Amino acid sequence: MATEMPLLAVENLCVSFRTDGGVVPAVSGVSFSVERREILGVVGESGSGKSQTLLAIMGLINSPNAIVTGSVRFLGQEMLGLKRRALDAIRGRQVAMVFQDPMTALTPVHTIGDQIIEQIRAHESLSRGAARRRAVELLDAVGLPSPESAVDRYPHQLSGGMRQRAVIAMALSCNPALLIADEPTTALDVTVQAQILELIGRLRDSFGSAVILVTHDLGVVAEVADRVMVMYAGRVVEEGGKGQLFREPLHPYSWGLFGSIPPMHGPRPARLTAIPGSPPKLSQMPQGCAFGPRCGFRHEACAAQPSLGSAGGHRSACFLPREGRHELRRTLAGGVPA
Amino acid sequence: MSETKPPPLVRTSELSKHYPVGRSPLQRRIVHAVEQVSLEIFPGETLGIVGESGCGKSTLGRCLVRLTDITSGTLEFAGRDITRASQRQLRPVRRQMQMVFQDPSASLNPRRRVGDLLADPFRVHEKLSRSEMADRVEDLLVRVELLPEHAQRFPHEFSGGQRQRIGIARALALRPQLIVADEPVSALDVSIQAQIINLLADLRDALKLTYVFIAHDLSVVRQFSSRVAVMYLGSIVETGPVDAVFSSPRHHYTAALRSAVPVPDVDNRPAQRIVLKGDLPSPLDPPSGCRFHTRCVAATSLCRYERPVLSFVDTNHLVACHHPRAG
Amino acid sequence: MLVALVSRLGQMLLVMFGISVVAFLIFFATPGADPSARIAGRNASQETLVQVRHDFGLDRPLPVQYGLMMERLFISRDLTSFVNRGQKVVPTVLEAIPVTLSLVFGAAVFWVLGGLIVGVVAGATRGSWLDRTLMILSLIGVSIPVFWLGEVANLITQSRWHDSWLFSWVPPLGYIALTDSPWGWFKALVIPWFTLATLYIGLYGRVLRASIIETMQEDFIRTARAKGIGERRVLINHGLRTSLVAFVTMFGLDFGALVGGGALLTEVVFGLQGVGKLTYGALQTLDLPMILATVIYASFFVVMANFVVDVAFVFIDPRARDGH
Repeated sequence: MATEMPLLAVENLCVSFRTDGGVVPAVSGVSFSVERREILGVVGESGSGKSQTLLAIMGLINSPNAIVTGSVRFLGQEMLGLKRRALDAIRGRQVAMVFQDPMTALTPVHTIGDQIIEQIRAHESLSRGAARRRAVELLDAVGLPSPESAVDRYPHQLSGGMRQRAVIAMALSCNPALLIADEPTTALDVTVQAQILELIGRLRDSFGSAVILVTHDLGVVAEVADRVMVMYAGRVVEEGGKGQLFREPLHPYSWGLFGSIPPMHGPRPARLTAIPGSPPKLSQMPQGCAFGPRCGFRHEACAAQPSLGSAGGHRSACFLPREGRHELRRTLAGGVPA
Repeated sequence: MSETKPPPLVRTSELSKHYPVGRSPLQRRIVHAVEQVSLEIFPGETLGIVGESGCGKSTLGRCLVRLTDITSGTLEFAGRDITRASQRQLRPVRRQMQMVFQDPSASLNPRRRVGDLLADPFRVHEKLSRSEMADRVEDLLVRVELLPEHAQRFPHEFSGGQRQRIGIARALALRPQLIVADEPVSALDVSIQAQIINLLADLRDALKLTYVFIAHDLSVVRQFSSRVAVMYLGSIVETGPVDAVFSSPRHHYTAALRSAVPVPDVDNRPAQRIVLKGDLPSPLDPPSGCRFHTRCVAATSLCRYERPVLSFVDTNHLVACHHPRAG
Repeated sequence: MLVALVSRLGQMLLVMFGISVVAFLIFFATPGADPSARIAGRNASQETLVQVRHDFGLDRPLPVQYGLMMERLFISRDLTSFVNRGQKVVPTVLEAIPVTLSLVFGAAVFWVLGGLIVGVVAGATRGSWLDRTLMILSLIGVSIPVFWLGEVANLITQSRWHDSWLFSWVPPLGYIALTDSPWGWFKALVIPWFTLATLYIGLYGRVLRASIIETMQEDFIRTARAKGIGERRVLINHGLRTSLVAFVTMFGLDFGALVGGGALLTEVVFGLQGVGKLTYGALQTLDLPMILATVIYASFFVVMANFVVDVAFVFIDPRARDGH
């Protein structure tokens, strides 16, 4: 066996849904891996397939019309098609998930403590009292004020930020090797977001967890991620180390994303370099490169589907020649800081 | 350099909005959603209003166009006091001020064609022939970069960004002077956000519009506004030119808010992040004195008792703080 | 919490007062409905009528009449029937209450259990043959008229197959008091229970199924699944618990209405002398004091049931505690 087995290896993951109008692809051929203690940022807009990718990894797509193929290996064990009992031995224990909206992510009729205790006791033979003590410790660790009383609170009695902390505490309750967070700060205010991001950053140090952080916000990724993956229309279009990807993005879609974000420093551009048009509907995916219709650098080759390439490090699914892309990017309206 | 300013288009003086919550009289409490806000908005400028959820920025926006009643204080539009104006008296003023909302779908009747929706304001306010009306609708659609044939479609046939364009077109129908945009881009994807911001900016230049731009996203406000007001628990804590407020905030809350914004840049990281302690206090039970003192690094006992008023720290730059940060 | 409880009790009393006033006005002060004529009997002389009016206080102003009526109903409890002279109204109603309560309580046990089982099983196996079968059965249950079902049950257990080993235990129609013979009570009521419960099992099963299916789409169900706690726990502890709100509301209202006399048809078919049957008889003979008594009694249970539902909410849904 190879000496270094990745914590999570996703290969050629495809998720599609049977609808009245035929089979609609949501995720097409996504492959990536996550190493121990690594924070992977996944960036994409709505419909990019980022959330479906996470749900597929967690085995949480249970629509009878869904078709999930490919391979998701956690520590070498295949998770797709696993029996519920075997899956439940991994979920919540070794792989845990944090969802976007803390307002709806917790069951309204149970206390925070009961929900955490339930998860602990599902995976470890611990007495209720011991599980409760652990829950209090966890709530304290994620920075919930007065955890002793918070443990007996119901979700609606906490603010959004506090609820998201509780959700994170619950996800951490069995010390998972991998934490999957789907837009964990999108529903929160910036000052609270800052608190939660700081918390996620600290997780790796204190719990040793790897994190997959899905977001639409490049700023959030720049804040916490080690490596970044950009998704568009169900595919990975670019992947690389955070420094590489932020300093020298390779894919025209990434350029568009960066150009769309108003800067917080320096001079304000007269106009933002917006990407024209809107993302394709999943049911009407264009032929070839899905970004083609919105891309200013489209050429003949783009009629085919570009592949991400297998070279490690920094890769992108684009037919443009690798050399000179930075110069091409500068030709975009609005310009790019040199 | 005191050049004579034109008279403000909108002026509020100690404007407050309170409303009751709770079902039974025994449980009823008063929310002080907007507390004594005084501001002036000049023709052609864009005033950004930023703050976190529950700070009263949306309520203030609705007060400015009199979509809601005002509890106390005064509101003037183009020199006219409309604080207590009746719906009837407001009618001619309404044409001059329009609102754009976060979720345009909620205000677009799904069973009517876009052309009909856009023609509504003409029906109410102007007597136009059928063909004149069609021409005006076509103009509007082109203005917001849609196609004339889109008039025949229904709202659900459009994407989120296109629906927001329709919302903007409707606001523009009667050629208003003032547009209050309440989180107009926050429900949209990043790439679409930029399109809408560009569109709003183009319209401002072409139609000489005055905007009040309400958003929680500081970078969007910085891009789009000339002046900014920062709100915390119903009050304006700092206001001034965008660059001054964002590059050297004088209020400690502004500074924290500013530093909390994640920047998509790996080389120019902010030196030190200010992470605020605790949660936003409930607007039902706001702290005494300076509302921010419970979370402020510079709070002293003075801040607990006495509420600071907005005062000048620089030309056009006001801050409500007993111990403002160094400029 | 205490304030809410007290104000809720106050509301209840107010509602009951209102109902009693309205019922009183309908039956005693409607033009043309001269109670004294009914009391005096047919062909009574003018003097007798005047005498009766005076005796019953019917010549006094309406508010005084109302007061007198309430006093005789609640305090002296000597209000008598207009039809069967000498029959005291309050004891008659009190006698009928245990019959109705026994019928409705027993049926409620069946329909709650049945509704829960049907709703949970169908909701959990949505789209399967089991779900479809249960839904067809419950539709049939909802559609069958209760008196028809009762008559068929009687036909089978009382005459057709009464002498077979299967139904020889069934006692003749009528009520046996629990205090006289618990086993006899059970035997006399078990068939009425099933009959009354059939409709409600179908109804509650369908409502609960819909509610569970809706709840199982919620975000917090996804969170619960991600915790790796097993589908049964997800379903019962998260899905069902949260779905019970509609179920409990319906139960409170239906239970109150049934105890208040809504089980009339079942009582008639099975010869049970309950409140429903009493009201029915009183309405037929326009026995005003009896009608007034049963209406107020019924309103008491309906209002009570509403109150119990509100209290139950506080236990089921913690959000109700904080007035959300």
